[in-house]
Amino acid sequence: MSEDLDFLFALLLNGVSIGLMYSLIALGFVLVYKATDAINFAQGEFVMLAGLIVAMMLSIEGMPLAVAVAVTLAVMIGFGFGLERVVLRPLLGRPVVAVIMATIGLAAVLRGLGPVIFGSETRAVSLPIGDEPIVLGPASLPPIQVAGAIVAIVFFLVFSWFFKKSRMGVAMRAVADNQQVAQAMGINVERYFALAWAMAGVVSALGGIVWGSMLGVDVHLALVGLKVFPVVILGGLDSIGGALVGGLIIGIVESLAAGYLDPYVGGGTKDFAPYVLMILVLMIRPYGIFGKRKIERV
Amino acid sequence: MDDVSILGVATLSKKFGGVTAVQDVSVDVPRGGILSIIGPNGAGKTSLLNMISGFYRPDTGRVVLEGQDITQMKPSDIAALGIARTFQNIALFSGLTVLDNLMLGRHVRMKAGVLSSVIYWGMAQKEDIAHREAVEEIIEFLNLQDLRKQQSASLSYGLRKRVELGRALASEPKVLLLDEPMGGMNQDEKEDMARYVLDVNQERGVTVVLIEHDMGVVMDISDKIVVLDRGRCIATGTPDEVQRHPKVVEAYLGTSKSGGRL
Repeated sequence: MSEDLDFLFALLLNGVSIGLMYSLIALGFVLVYKATDAINFAQGEFVMLAGLIVAMMLSIEGMPLAVAVAVTLAVMIGFGFGLERVVLRPLLGRPVVAVIMATIGLAAVLRGLGPVIFGSETRAVSLPIGDEPIVLGPASLPPIQVAGAIVAIVFFLVFSWFFKKSRMGVAMRAVADNQQVAQAMGINVERYFALAWAMAGVVSALGGIVWGSMLGVDVHLALVGLKVFPVVILGGLDSIGGALVGGLIIGIVESLAAGYLDPYVGGGTKDFAPYVLMILVLMIRPYGIFGKRKIERV
Repeated sequence: MDDVSILGVATLSKKFGGVTAVQDVSVDVPRGGILSIIGPNGAGKTSLLNMISGFYRPDTGRVVLEGQDITQMKPSDIAALGIARTFQNIALFSGLTVLDNLMLGRHVRMKAGVLSSVIYWGMAQKEDIAHREAVEEIIEFLNLQDLRKQQSASLSYGLRKRVELGRALASEPKVLLLDEPMGGMNQDEKEDMARYVLDVNQERGVTVVLIEHDMGVVMDISDKIVVLDRGRCIATGTPDEVQRHPKVVEAYLGTSKSGGRL
């Protein structure tokens, strides 16, 4: 009996830490959607790009980790700003589909250019945190999962402070709430759009580092981005808290599916269990658990 | 535009598809006065306001603020030059508190930009205190003391309109554009709002451009009235002059041929 409980605890712990790491990536998606109404289908490719950059930096002899992380952050921030300015700003006022298509195209370009520029072999991102499992009660976790979870929690705290207390964060919420009125307040809406994309760049940089370190970096790292969709459908496309809870749920569901279902069917359930859950949620609460229920006057 | 005008529009026109919203409208807004724009629904009142505040690009004509042509400017730049507005449908940021809404009204007065406020953190903090004080003064002016921390969506209709007025005032505008500030209000709320508009104009010296359907209020507080009908300006003058103008009588009461259109 207690062995069963221990097994459950281990699965839950694993699910929570993986879930937090999903939340981190989903956060990038939510920030952009909240502020600009754009659905970013390239979030996974952002993470892959960041992973490639940090892996390349670390492959240079004697490169300190801090410098590699700083460079990755800087490049991804610049990438976010540049993307908004060059690709998305011309699409302002166009139908939502235009932006979606643009991000899908961008995703393909990044997946194609990544290996061309950085090479197609799988690279390791070795962080100086060892690989001795960290023991927590009856279960244990690889250190990278603990580090990833901590990074995710820190970022959620920073962003919730930013949106509640800082002047820029409040202005960004105003932009998200009503662009026209925000403009009438003298808020330069485009600047905040750019800021949202840059913030997605920051989150993706961190995501690329922790996920890259866990899975290794190649084109397949972009697949992590697919998990963003069940997470944000569950939590609500525009809810930061929802990204956190949605990530946790997806992480736990995956982990439980792997622990309890895989032995019976020979594996693989963890890869689709989140999507089954996503479809169920879409049938019951199409706007997600925390998403804003849009009331439209017809 | 004459010398006593602060804001002028000249031969402004705007079409949407084949529909003419505004046609050759020219208005001079007297500095320090209250100018009201009246007219039946669909007369082009809100379209005119949207062109002044930069949301619509006029097809022809110019908008001039204190000698500066602002016709082609972005709404956020026009706001920064000192034209604030409220909206016909209440447009508070619903997820934000009253205080946050009012602080956002200060946005155009905030010098520290996105990047510099990160770099000069201390400076931004000091500036914040000054802005908070300015907002506190408006809270007192509009008697909003008890509502600071309330979510704006939870307020009554009349109070939300008042907060929206406060948010526009927070930017310390030269010209305040009010789009039906009393629409949908009961008599008490209307009287309060009329009082606030007068105080804004007389005590704070803000020039007011008002769209309002309540003729009693309009005739009471306006210095000058512009009457629009089907996109055209059919009369301009003092409340007395406008009330006696035959075209206005026709537009509002209808001739025996066309029947009443009020």
